[in-house]
Amino acid sequence: MTKQEQHTSTKRYGMVIDLDRCTGCGACMVACYAENNVPFSKDESDKMLTLNWIRVFKVDNGKPFPDTEICYIPKPCMQCDGEHMDGHSPCVSVCPAVATDYDHLTGIVSQIYTRCFGCRYCMAACPYHARKFNWWDPVWPAEMEKYLNPDVSVRMRGVVEKCSFCYHRYQKARNKAYLEGRDEVYEDEYQPACVEACPTKAITFGDLLNPEHQVYKLSKSRKAFRLLEKLNTNPKVYYMTSKKWVRRKTDNYIENESPGETRNSSKTQKASH
Amino acid sequence: MTTPAIPEGVKRCSTGKFALGLAVAGAVLLWGVYAMFLVWYKGLNQTGMDNAYGFALWIWADLAIIAFGGGAFFSGFLTYIIGRKELKSIINYAVIIGVICYSSALLILGLDVGQPLRGWFIFWHANVHSMLTEVAFCLSLYLGVLVIEFIPVVLENPKLDRFRFIHHFSHNMHEVMAVFAATGVFLSFFHQGSLGGVAGVLYGRPFSFREGLLIWPWTFFLFTWSAAAVGPCVTVLITWLTEKIAGKKLVKQEIFRMLGKISGWMLLTYMIAKIADTWYWAAVTAPSKGFALMDFYTNNPIYGIWILIAELVVCGLVPALILISRKGRENNFLLAGAMILAVIGIGINRWVMILQVMAAPLLPFQDWYMYMPTWQEIATTILPIAYGTILIMLAYRYLPIFPQEKELNPGS
Repeated sequence: MTKQEQHTSTKRYGMVIDLDRCTGCGACMVACYAENNVPFSKDESDKMLTLNWIRVFKVDNGKPFPDTEICYIPKPCMQCDGEHMDGHSPCVSVCPAVATDYDHLTGIVSQIYTRCFGCRYCMAACPYHARKFNWWDPVWPAEMEKYLNPDVSVRMRGVVEKCSFCYHRYQKARNKAYLEGRDEVYEDEYQPACVEACPTKAITFGDLLNPEHQVYKLSKSRKAFRLLEKLNTNPKVYYMTSKKWVRRKTDNYIENESPGETRNSSKTQKASH
Repeated sequence: MTTPAIPEGVKRCSTGKFALGLAVAGAVLLWGVYAMFLVWYKGLNQTGMDNAYGFALWIWADLAIIAFGGGAFFSGFLTYIIGRKELKSIINYAVIIGVICYSSALLILGLDVGQPLRGWFIFWHANVHSMLTEVAFCLSLYLGVLVIEFIPVVLENPKLDRFRFIHHFSHNMHEVMAVFAATGVFLSFFHQGSLGGVAGVLYGRPFSFREGLLIWPWTFFLFTWSAAAVGPCVTVLITWLTEKIAGKKLVKQEIFRMLGKISGWMLLTYMIAKIADTWYWAAVTAPSKGFALMDFYTNNPIYGIWILIAELVVCGLVPALILISRKGRENNFLLAGAMILAVIGIGINRWVMILQVMAAPLLPFQDWYMYMPTWQEIATTILPIAYGTILIMLAYRYLPIFPQEKELNPGS
């Protein structure tokens, strides 16, 4: 362990997305593309073959006009803590070459592009489809290459990529804190691009273990929940809504079961960090 | 006088006929090689896979082909470990089929990765928690064992066997083959199992996830057992096919019946375990994740409940019951039919454990994902069949594979 790490207390970075505030504008997606050098393909209409680290889904309550209601669900990588909150996220435990790793200091699941050999087992393991494969070599229009972010490596054909919670921003913030003689990174010093870009401030980001961070309080709200909680993947991305029908759309329920009574026991599990 | 290349005392077709056969299989092989080149050169965008379908036809082919090649390890186990010496009449062929299956599986794995030149990372940066790591290690090692088992058969070619050293070398290799057979059984247990584990450990995928024993999900044991059950069926069916094409008997009928009986009991016990596993999954595991059984078999154009019935009943219990009954085994039509059904059943099992897993939606606002393979995927999946046909043609022509051939065909 390096000297620097010894001085760093363990974090569990996560986000809370208020679905009642999201307008589905897609600014988070655009910001993510620009920040993380996510390439686009000739045909962006086929979302099963294109790359996006955060994707906004549109869902409705299934009722005809005038009772129709719409909700937009932005879906980045859930940065799962794993079944036993030990970092064995669905994707991390299956990668045969340790090309994806769980950082116990931040709780962020990383992807090492130069290590990945493209077996796609992680994609098969991820229930959120957060992982995307580079089906083609990345190509940007002429001149646009000058606008690539130098802090984020571009990925080659044949490897898997995914949201990193803009980990390079965390590295920058940590370096700054270190140079200023601080152990702690301030809440506003490390914010992913999607969070900053959201015009309605629907996304809140921070340390889920730090009571002074907004996400700590929001994640404990009665309105907070996570996608597919019953799978015990323990995501660090929380959602909030006051609409019952939206809650029903975010997990699976057997007959006569309702979202309220299935709040996962893992929610109350103590973080092991 | 020059030594003939064809083993003594057996008759083979003319060189022209043989060359024609090779040309037909070779044409199919070239088609597959061309598709393989396209995939390696242009990447996996040549396939029908997408971000939802990370695993598709090739992984199914891998799982199926390894189960079908299970005849090699199980026949080796019965011959050398259990001591069923009568199986020596078919063990050479089982080994050759095993070599074809396992080398094909590795070739397909080499195709199915986005960065093939980094394939060695799986050994160098091995993640001990990953079932795929276990698959890669055991598969490669077992292919090595199969090649070792195949070498003495190759060395028995008359042109090679006339050399004193080679003759004694192959003889001595035969003598120690029990050691390699035991190693093969050990390795096979783990790689057949870990292929089952590949889908079984996916706790984010309720369709395939299974609880289990220690680190191994139940699918680990079910895959090993089912490969042992169906492997000998594949060996028998390919031997039969060879007999039909060659127009002569190569192995005594009792051997087929004996293997049919063993396969039948293996299949029956497997089916009991599989049905218990399915019941527990449907009644306990899937509901705990919010899914009812029929959620996995409705609202899509392909995967209806028929596939479960086909796997468990039509291609599971029915062939098992035929194979364990004496009357069933003594009727060649029933024996072959039951074996074909059993092979289809395990093929369906491997299909659903990969492709239906990818197809089933998890979030309620998502639909089923459907997949259609491209011609490149189909051609490269057929490639192993062409390659296997060529290897079998060469082996049958130039190697003494079937020790009973002379006895069964005295006039030829």
